[in-house]
Amino acid sequence: MNLVLAKTDTGQAVNSVFAVARDRLPGTGSVADIRRQAFEAYERTGLPHRRIEEWKYTDLRALMREVLPLAAAPDAKALKRAADAVKAHAVDKAAKLVLVDGVFAPELSDIAALGRGVTVRTLREVLENEKNDARGDLLITNVSDPMLSLNAALATDGVVVAIADGTALPHPIQLIHVSTAASASSVTRSHVSVGRDSRATLVESFVAAEGAKAYQANDAVILWVGDGAELSQVRLMADAADAVNITSHVYTVGTKTKLNLFNMTSGGHVSRLQGFITLAGEGADLMVNGVNLLKGTQHGDTTMVVDHAVPGCTSREIFRAVVDDRAHSVFQGRIIVRPDAQKTDGKMMTRALLLSDEAEADNKPELEIFADDVTCGHGATAGALDDSLLFYLRARGLPEKEAQALLIQAFVGEAIETIADDGLREAAMLAAERWLEARG
Amino acid sequence: MALLEVKNLQVRVEEREILHGLTLSVNKGEVHAIMGPNGSGKSTLSHVIAGKPGYEVTGGEILFNGEDLLEMAPDERAAKGVFLAFQYPVEIPGVATMNFLRTALNAQRKARGESEYSTPDFLKKVRAVAGSLNIPQDMLKRGVNVGFSGGEKKRNEILQMALFEPSLCILDEMDSGLDIDALRIAADGVNALRSPERAMVVITHYQRLLDYIVPDFVHVMSRGRVVKSGGKDLALELEASGYAQFEDAV
Repeated sequence: MNLVLAKTDTGQAVNSVFAVARDRLPGTGSVADIRRQAFEAYERTGLPHRRIEEWKYTDLRALMREVLPLAAAPDAKALKRAADAVKAHAVDKAAKLVLVDGVFAPELSDIAALGRGVTVRTLREVLENEKNDARGDLLITNVSDPMLSLNAALATDGVVVAIADGTALPHPIQLIHVSTAASASSVTRSHVSVGRDSRATLVESFVAAEGAKAYQANDAVILWVGDGAELSQVRLMADAADAVNITSHVYTVGTKTKLNLFNMTSGGHVSRLQGFITLAGEGADLMVNGVNLLKGTQHGDTTMVVDHAVPGCTSREIFRAVVDDRAHSVFQGRIIVRPDAQKTDGKMMTRALLLSDEAEADNKPELEIFADDVTCGHGATAGALDDSLLFYLRARGLPEKEAQALLIQAFVGEAIETIADDGLREAAMLAAERWLEARG
Repeated sequence: MALLEVKNLQVRVEEREILHGLTLSVNKGEVHAIMGPNGSGKSTLSHVIAGKPGYEVTGGEILFNGEDLLEMAPDERAAKGVFLAFQYPVEIPGVATMNFLRTALNAQRKARGESEYSTPDFLKKVRAVAGSLNIPQDMLKRGVNVGFSGGEKKRNEILQMALFEPSLCILDEMDSGLDIDALRIAADGVNALRSPERAMVVITHYQRLLDYIVPDFVHVMSRGRVVKSGGKDLALELEASGYAQFEDAV
């Protein structure tokens, strides 16, 4: 009974948002139908809550309460503030694709720098192209999740990036999400396809412009990696301290691909990165690592579902969480090994460092193995800094905070070290150092 | 004024008194050996001087250059010139030795109001000291003590001692876990650091170490007190007669 009541409560609040937004959402006809169906799928649960197993540690009904109305398209002043934020977070040599409050901003992007072999369109452009019968597919995945459904219903824009077969990109593509709004939502959805035997590095940054506050971001990235391709991805989530960020990654990777994925969550009041990664081609080699740096009353959730659908794939996951004050870190890792996926090698290791008595970390590793010739494992630990190491450093002259900082850096370093690109590894290390400095 | 003055020190660990009124005075330029059976409180004394948490000082005082050492945080003591060479140096994965050495040295210098070392000056200094201690460069790139042998860990302690140039060195059971060759290298490193401006307190269970690091004074500890003090010959006497006589004397 509760469920029905709650659904009505939250559902109607959003229904009005959806009803208000509907006219400005790109795509008519079949696209509009898909949006309506997606919204209905969302409405069946409303904001996910603790009685939904996948969301039991991240009760959005309690943490978010409601879905805010969509942000207005950015005006000149907002774009100016966004430009400053972009400048501060741009990665050296990367070709930038910038979304401001959920709208692609060509004036802040450098599509021309992408070079041959890469085409970029906006989600809006594709959804509005009525000659393209498959346009509605951009709003469909095989993953069933309320926040991903909400994303399909409300997505205003995003980028659709296609990297042609056999393209080796010399520099990263950086997708920067900037929020300038206060108390509004931005809903974005991007598609990336990496062609066969291509090599690419993708950076994703979430940042707040000056004046942005209490906003909500709902992002989705749907990504395909073709046979023999190599992809590195670094995601740095540094949203405002009072913002919400819910991101879904739906990845499908082909034969003999190499993926090196990394996420660092240091921003946001409430956040979740949920990855649904399907290893669909034999010999795929996946590394997916991450770091959560949380303080105050931040809540950061990383949920990864790695689906070994075919034989002979390897997956490695290393997660580190540093949790201070009354913050709450969640790691849920599920490795699925399908009946035919023999010779699977899947391992995950998650460790949480609790810096205060009130800090909380929940680690939930799960293995679902339906094949009999596999190597799978997981490990999870949570604990405080080692007193004997702290004393050793202090006996050598390091003040308490510095000694802690050195040990915390070493702790997260193990995950950050896995970033292949030197510049991006340094950028991630720098972000961690900034977090430590701000800790005081 | 003595460099280190321990007066009637009483220390508890969890409800148990370990040191029952220990008194010790160490001047610049002197090397003192503290000997005694297991459980006599030798390591406790070294930990309390360095400021390790978990010990409750219930009486007495420790003065260092006339200042109250017990009022200082461990890092302040280090910056003032107190150095403890650990019996079991910890492994710190993910913190490269070189980075650790520079961070520690500069933290001490900063606390003393001195300028930080420039990178080339620092590297030059480390290389010179490491060379004299037979410490290969690749060891300095590894995590602090990670995968080091017992001898390498002790040499790393002596390397730090040489870099930080403390005025008081406390060597806690430096010989434990070392074979005779490793012991000789470590002792040579320590002897090279003997100076009229520096004092050393060598804590050991066995007389053997004192063949290599010859002390000026020897103190025997038993059940939390110094029960006998003398010159270096006292160590030889102990080797012949054992600690049992002192256990009875208390």
